[in-house]
Amino acid sequence: MSEAISPRVPLRVAPRALPRVPTGQDHEDLTKHGIKVTAADVNFFYSEHQALYGINLAVPKNCVTALIGPSGCGKSTFLRCLNRMNDMIDGTLLRGKILLDGEDIYQRGTDVVELRKRVGMVFQKSNPFPKTIYENVAYGPRVAGVKKSVILEEIVEKCLQQAALWDEVQSRLNDSALQLSGGQQQRLCIARALATDPEVLLMDEPASALDPKSTAAIEDLIFELKDTYTIVIVTHNMQQAARVSDQTAFFYEGHLIEVGRTTDMFTHPREKRTEDYITGRFG
Amino acid sequence: MSNLTTAPHLSKIALPGAKLRTYWEHCIHGILLACATISIITTIGIVVILLVESLQFFREVSIIEFLTGTKWSPLLKPQHYGILPLFCGTFLVTAGAAPIAIPVGLGTAVFLSEYATPWLRDVTKPVLEVLAGVPSVVFGYLAVVLVSPLIKAIFPSADIFNAANASVVVGFMILPTIVSISEDVLRSVPRSLREAAYALGATKLDVTVGVVVPAAMSGIMASFLLAIARAAGETMAVTLAAGGTSKLTLNPLESIQTMTAYIVQVVLGDTPAGTPEYRTIFAVGLALFMSTLVLNVLAQWILTRVREKYE
Ligand SMILES: Nc1ncnc2c1ncn2[C@@H]1O[C@H](COP(=O)(O)OP(=O)(O)OP(=O)(O)O)[C@@H](O)[C@H]1O
Ligand SMILES: [Mg+2]
Repeated sequence: MSEAISPRVPLRVAPRALPRVPTGQDHEDLTKHGIKVTAADVNFFYSEHQALYGINLAVPKNCVTALIGPSGCGKSTFLRCLNRMNDMIDGTLLRGKILLDGEDIYQRGTDVVELRKRVGMVFQKSNPFPKTIYENVAYGPRVAGVKKSVILEEIVEKCLQQAALWDEVQSRLNDSALQLSGGQQQRLCIARALATDPEVLLMDEPASALDPKSTAAIEDLIFELKDTYTIVIVTHNMQQAARVSDQTAFFYEGHLIEVGRTTDMFTHPREKRTEDYITGRFG
Repeated sequence: MSNLTTAPHLSKIALPGAKLRTYWEHCIHGILLACATISIITTIGIVVILLVESLQFFREVSIIEFLTGTKWSPLLKPQHYGILPLFCGTFLVTAGAAPIAIPVGLGTAVFLSEYATPWLRDVTKPVLEVLAGVPSVVFGYLAVVLVSPLIKAIFPSADIFNAANASVVVGFMILPTIVSISEDVLRSVPRSLREAAYALGATKLDVTVGVVVPAAMSGIMASFLLAIARAAGETMAVTLAAGGTSKLTLNPLESIQTMTAYIVQVVLGDTPAGTPEYRTIFAVGLALFMSTLVLNVLAQWILTRVREKYE
């Protein structure tokens, strides 16, 4: 990454022309809306390989939490624990608790389908369905039981607009999504996740394949969304973490090294490793 | 050795062992080439024989009559050379087999790839391989001793030998083709697609029916085509079970004759070689070959495109 960052320079770039966000207020008290998701002593195993060690993390409601850390440190693994996506992989095991609104999502009898309607996800690798652009976005609402095409059309347009894709695709909604470019596919996946209107949105490097303009659009979107959603985002871009997040968690080799308010973390990291990482000295 | 004309490193290459090795390499190359040539020549030879003999036949019988005539009786006077009844027989058997094999086969494939535990899959797959290995003559007499009485019990007007008998057993014979190819393409649908759907709150059924099966659809269609091509070319079971009366009918309860069964009849019969009657088998063989070739090529073409899509 070319944009090494000095930790002493406050990085909180002024929110890009978004007057609706009350300045500063969002940083005063992260937990003023309460806690949405809590990880309590989470250990995670891929068969024999332990990928997460005793993670304790509170995700405040209506805030953006950024997960940062070097490649392979377990960011995606942790994110995928939050909607039980790791259940899909044979031989995985989670010890500990993950609470959504105070309820353990790993307890017996959890309705995983219902859980995933509440906790949406944008994957690290974009994975559009081999269907039309329209059908990709409409899929979530459809499985949730929305049948009226007027409503579906409305949702599709709104979500594509939010994901900054509408202008590019509005004239070809019935083309295959696989014809889109990599960055467009990524935004389509974001639109698709928004269409189910989840309470929590997990985003795994949502801007990794995007040009600066679409990245800015997605960051604006994240800013807007946090009025209604709780967002957890994985990013390798320190400036992005600094720009969009309220809370940052630094992972290293499966351990949560440090978590705190983004402004604090980027100006006065408590841990040496955190400082080294965010200044680009390793990772 | 202080020979000035021979550089020392050159003499190494000229060692007798190295020479032998190069020679051996050439031999292997030659042997393998010969193997490949044999199969290619055989294929070309078969096609040429079919074409030459058929051309000879079409000099004696007009191709129009052959393709459009509605009566087939080359062995009886007055002779008729319309292939439609045979074609219809093959079509009847195939069309009857498909509604059995397609839903059961696709259902099994979906079950194996999406629902079965690894243990159950390990048990089921060998059983299907056994089914694929049952000799077709066994299917043939099972059709006669088992299926035929059953059909007669349900439809008393049915002939003892009829198209439906053959359809039922051929349906089971082509089942393994559909299952194994469809299961393959279903499993090659990337996990990331399934995850995408689950992450949107889809149930297993939503994911299977709405995402996985459509994503694998072209491959599944290819498996159907291959299975149908097999059904059309199937010989032993239809010869035993469907009767031997060439008849232009769409009633599966009647005795019919397929293209393959007709060829068996002539080859085993006492028709003298070299006569137009005898040459009919080449024309019929060519017609059958063309139909299954089209199905096979189409299926292979689809399957190649499926593979490209996810690679
Ligand atoms: N499906 C899997 N099976 C086995 N091990 C896995 C699997 N997925 C990830 N891992 C391992 O778990 C560890 C954490 O991986 P994870 O994908 O969470 O890293 P990450 O922080 O998201 O990295 P990146 O920034 O490169 O995406 C790695 O050591 C990885 O090898
Ligand atoms: Mg990752």
